[in-house]
Amino acid sequence: MSDVVEKTLTALPSLLSLDSHPGSAKLSSTSKLGNLIRGITELTSKHEEEKLIQHELLAIKEQVSSPNTTMMKELMVRSIYCEMLGYEASFSYIHAIKLAQQGTVLEKRVGYLAVSLFLNESHELLLLLVNTVLKDLQSTNLIEVCMALTVVSQMFPKDMIPAILPLVEEKLNHPKEIIRRKAVLALYKFYLIAPNQVQHIHNKFRKALCDKDPGVMTASLHIYLQMIQENPEAYKDLTPSFVTILKQVVGGKLPMDFNYHTVPAPWLQIQLLRILSLLGKNDQSTSEVMYEVLDESLQRAEMNHNITYAILYECVKCIYTIHPKSDLLEKAAKCIGNFVLSPKINLKYLGLKALTYVVQQDPKLALQHQMTIIECLDHPDLIIKRETLELLFRITNGQNVTVIVEKMLEFLCISEDDHTTIDLVGKVAELAEKYPLKYNEWFIETMNTVFSLGGDMMQPDIPNSFLKLLSEGFDSVEEDRKLRLFAVNSYIPLLRGEPGKLPQRFLQVISWVLGEYSHLREDLEPAEVLSLLAKLLDMKNSSSETKSWVLMAMTKLCKGGADASVTQEVSETYSSSLDTVLRQRAHELQYLSQDPELRARVLPRGSCGNFAFVSEALAAGAAPYKPPHQRQEELDQSKALSLEPYGLSLPISMSSCSITDRQSPTLLSMSSGLSGDTLKLDGIKRVWGREGYLAQREPVEEAAQVEVPSPIQSPGRQGEGDSLHSQTPTQTPTPEPEQEKQQLASSLFVGLASQSSVSLMGKSEPMPQRFRRKAKGQGLGSSFIANEQISSSLISPPSAVDNLLCNNLLDSNNASELAEQTSQLSQSLTTANGTCHAEAELTESDTKGCNPALRRDNCVVAAGPGPHNDPGRLTEVCLDSYLPAELSGLSHSEIAPLCANQSLNLSACHVQKEDSLILVVFIMNSSESAIQQIPAGEVTSYSVAVGQYSLTVKRPAVHVEVVGTVSYQLPAGTSQSLQFSYKVPLTSFIRPFVVSTEEYGTMWLSFSHDTKQNLTLINDNQEPLTATLNALKKKLQLHVVEVIGMEGIVACRLLQDLPCLMHCRVNAGWLAVWLRSPVPDLPDCLIYHCQRALQSL
Amino acid sequence: MFALVANQKVVIDWPCFWVVLGGSFLPRGVYTVLLFKMQFMLLFSRQGKLRLQKWYVPLSDKEKKKITRELVQTVLARKPKMCSFLEWRDLKIVYKRYASLYFCCAIEDQDNELITLEIIHRYVELLDKYFGSVCELDIIFNFEKAYFILDEFLLGGEAQETSKKNVLKAIEQADLLQEDAKEAETPRSVLEEIGLT
Repeated sequence: MSDVVEKTLTALPSLLSLDSHPGSAKLSSTSKLGNLIRGITELTSKHEEEKLIQHELLAIKEQVSSPNTTMMKELMVRSIYCEMLGYEASFSYIHAIKLAQQGTVLEKRVGYLAVSLFLNESHELLLLLVNTVLKDLQSTNLIEVCMALTVVSQMFPKDMIPAILPLVEEKLNHPKEIIRRKAVLALYKFYLIAPNQVQHIHNKFRKALCDKDPGVMTASLHIYLQMIQENPEAYKDLTPSFVTILKQVVGGKLPMDFNYHTVPAPWLQIQLLRILSLLGKNDQSTSEVMYEVLDESLQRAEMNHNITYAILYECVKCIYTIHPKSDLLEKAAKCIGNFVLSPKINLKYLGLKALTYVVQQDPKLALQHQMTIIECLDHPDLIIKRETLELLFRITNGQNVTVIVEKMLEFLCISEDDHTTIDLVGKVAELAEKYPLKYNEWFIETMNTVFSLGGDMMQPDIPNSFLKLLSEGFDSVEEDRKLRLFAVNSYIPLLRGEPGKLPQRFLQVISWVLGEYSHLREDLEPAEVLSLLAKLLDMKNSSSETKSWVLMAMTKLCKGGADASVTQEVSETYSSSLDTVLRQRAHELQYLSQDPELRARVLPRGSCGNFAFVSEALAAGAAPYKPPHQRQEELDQSKALSLEPYGLSLPISMSSCSITDRQSPTLLSMSSGLSGDTLKLDGIKRVWGREGYLAQREPVEEAAQVEVPSPIQSPGRQGEGDSLHSQTPTQTPTPEPEQEKQQLASSLFVGLASQSSVSLMGKSEPMPQRFRRKAKGQGLGSSFIANEQISSSLISPPSAVDNLLCNNLLDSNNASELAEQTSQLSQSLTTANGTCHAEAELTESDTKGCNPALRRDNCVVAAGPGPHNDPGRLTEVCLDSYLPAELSGLSHSEIAPLCANQSLNLSACHVQKEDSLILVVFIMNSSESAIQQIPAGEVTSYSVAVGQYSLTVKRPAVHVEVVGTVSYQLPAGTSQSLQFSYKVPLTSFIRPFVVSTEEYGTMWLSFSHDTKQNLTLINDNQEPLTATLNALKKKLQLHVVEVIGMEGIVACRLLQDLPCLMHCRVNAGWLAVWLRSPVPDLPDCLIYHCQRALQSL
Repeated sequence: MFALVANQKVVIDWPCFWVVLGGSFLPRGVYTVLLFKMQFMLLFSRQGKLRLQKWYVPLSDKEKKKITRELVQTVLARKPKMCSFLEWRDLKIVYKRYASLYFCCAIEDQDNELITLEIIHRYVELLDKYFGSVCELDIIFNFEKAYFILDEFLLGGEAQETSKKNVLKAIEQADLLQEDAKEAETPRSVLEEIGLT
């Protein structure tokens, strides 16, 4: 190994005029960088450094722009250095790109490095690099290809991916493994920033997975990990392959180079374990495939080194994620013990993290390590403390909540990090609200601490739900009164003290509560409360939002009389305020304080708790309220990745319930029905036990289990719990601090022992769950809901198709688009115009469209040619002649037979008019008898009726399908119907769009939907760009606006007037096309047709 | 030599006349959420001087500076026996000190801290092998080499090649080729000077 390096080093006498011999630093005194660095180290003040660097930058700037600089490389290195010191050297960015483009291989390398350090993905200069990358990818010099791939895998403009994609793809077959590996990583990068672009090469990823080089295979796992996260179902078939790979790795079948401290390819192992846990999650049969290899991984990792622990950690997580197997769980639990008990602090931390993960499945595991946990709680390192709190948060129950919350608040007082504060405050508030039995002074005091510590950073829904909880109350009126009184009692001293120190949010809560409930305290004069509130108004740091809360509270309190002077003064002050909200409130205060009758009507006492209208609306079928962040989440959730550490393992239905049940209790049953599983509450749920998975598929069974632990399990756990519990008392002669810890332990882990496991699991049963805050991490829950919505929207179109004339998107199943169908030649029935838009309006058109008018009532009965012997031939030969006269001059598509039954034969064609597309339907009666159409019209035997419809497209698709029904009546009186569908290519709806280049330019910028693709150029005698554009023009009816050099702009519109602009540019033998349109999907559909059109030439 | 074929001026790569029309080409790419990816890596000295920075997520310069300042401060304040992991904003910081140099990585919360620690260690091993018992000065004066090694080892925040031999081989090849290029280049410039090209 070392001789390799030595060889390298001797071969490199002085690259970059710096040299890289061992200990070379001292030798580089001659280099300018060396001088610069030395200069800086000698300086004493920041100011001097600044001066030196500015001077340096000026020098670089000067040299860099002189035309025949030979020092570019060196200059670039110096600019990188200046940037690293925090001084801007943006002038050199363009030179870095130039260097990468024009330099020798030697300079290129530095150029690329500088580019990757200077620019980030969104930098516009990066576009200038595309050509360089393109060229280097085609180079025969491996190093150049490597450099290009390296830069591409780090940053590449998303829009430019199509330009280089074919080249990168090609590299997957390169003989050199380093190129293949980098190509895979580049594709991974593309997959991350633009998944759609690489969809077509998924099978090539499989090839990379089977690559004979382990490096390439490892690289491909990055892509797989990502894809499997998004859709585990699609890759279940690969499970045996992954298991086999892992087996080989664990078995030491890889080359020795991949070993790291004698552990074979640890990074690869971890990647595989992550993939396996995703595949095995909630899937028994897949999990069974991997038990053996997981067991082996656990066994093999016996060496006492960080790297083995890293693998073990991943292994444990995997075992607790997939379908459980009891002996594996046991081994994993033991393994966690090794972590937690380790004297090494890093391992201890990871042990706690693992424990936090697994206690969600098996809270009892925490019990085994209770003393360690207690020790960690007092650990001097905050991160350990923090992780311990996280663990405690997961095992909180009704009995230990006070102790745990106390510990959290203690931590909050010493923590300085905002992020931690926000997170913890949210958790404390969640815990405090979760256990209604604790709704007493403790609750109010805890919330007071939360408000004063959380300040104005905390999530805004914390004060909101607190107020909601206070106002809605619970079952007992007396309890509610007491709770409110507690709150009032606790706030008065705070206001008498130093309210200026309290956060604004807290002041708002206080003023609201005092406004509503200060009357509960009988010894308190409203006048005093008013003057306390007025004091808040005078404080300098009160925000205007707080002031308006205060004014509202005062409005509720003032009764006239003695209070009048205070309110009068306040309202006068603020009625001239510049803040309109404050002015409004001041005026309200003024008028309402003078008119007690009106006040009583406007602000009846206790009105705030009345949210009855919400439940009424819900009962009437209104959608439950969703807080803005959740709505946003649902929008973002398309990928459905959960960011929260361990959220993935939560039962899905649980989180979905906790979202809905927050809205209203009446929704509980509904949401549980939706999820198809039982209602699972937020508490720690025992999903896995020593005996394995506690079955819970049947809702009935589940409910039974929640009440009483199933007889099979309870004895075992009972016994075990007992023995665990009895350990504590046996260690009786312990010193004082030890005893304290014991005490703490018993209070912390009280709910976890077996005796209380019944209450633990059943604890949330009797409580009203309305005030549950949605835990931040339950992304899965909302994604679940989002899925639900998607699926329902998927269902709706087909049902609509049944009875509607509706166009369906052919190539994708996500939406239907129809268009308007108007009858042109209707006999007199204007009602025949049925409109059905996309699914949003389906319900409306459901009623409207179902009327017979939409059916074939608007045909013209054409003159029958009399009986015909061969109806089939008739269709072929004669239908042309039935074309309405005004259409016969226009070109029409081939008349295609649609469907037929004993009595009717349907055929159709479409005719392109300048401003419309006409669908002509021929209905031929092939039976002996006349057919009565509904409601009017008759088609006599062997005659043909013709209907005309003008079609327009609302949402583009590659092909537009028209679905229709013909209802008719046989003479016998039976009504029948015949369904047909007809496919029209989108191109039929495309018309040229005549614009000037200027108009084009303005429009281009305003269109938001775009797509890009490389198309093949036509190479005949003339200029390829013109030839290709002409071909497209002819085939697709496009309008060529202008051609300048190698670029051309083309415009077209989709009937009636939806424009689509196209920019074409000849680039490396391809036609790079960029389409833009205000209509979603239109560019994509059009590019498809362009491709087809050029292929068919 | 391919470099010679290159166009001699900067070619604007995408629609020329859109630039005239005032078009903007900023990519509108939105990141999908990644689970296991390094966010950035910083190397700094005990005095808090930045020695190397590699960002795997796009951030503005201002943010980068702020993050660097905050992190350097926090990490330097930690005592030697403390945990190598830190919670910072919504990220995990994994750091390790080698002699006078701190190596500091930011990862996502659900990633594996221990393996990140070993990534740092592997990087130090690579530097050590390349420079031959590496010291801070090697990295200061040859930081671009340190970047080259890092790019061969980690790509886009993911471990690219974990075989020590392969990484060094790649670097060595690039170095050697640079050498060839340099030699091949000399006669050309001479020819060019006397106007023979």
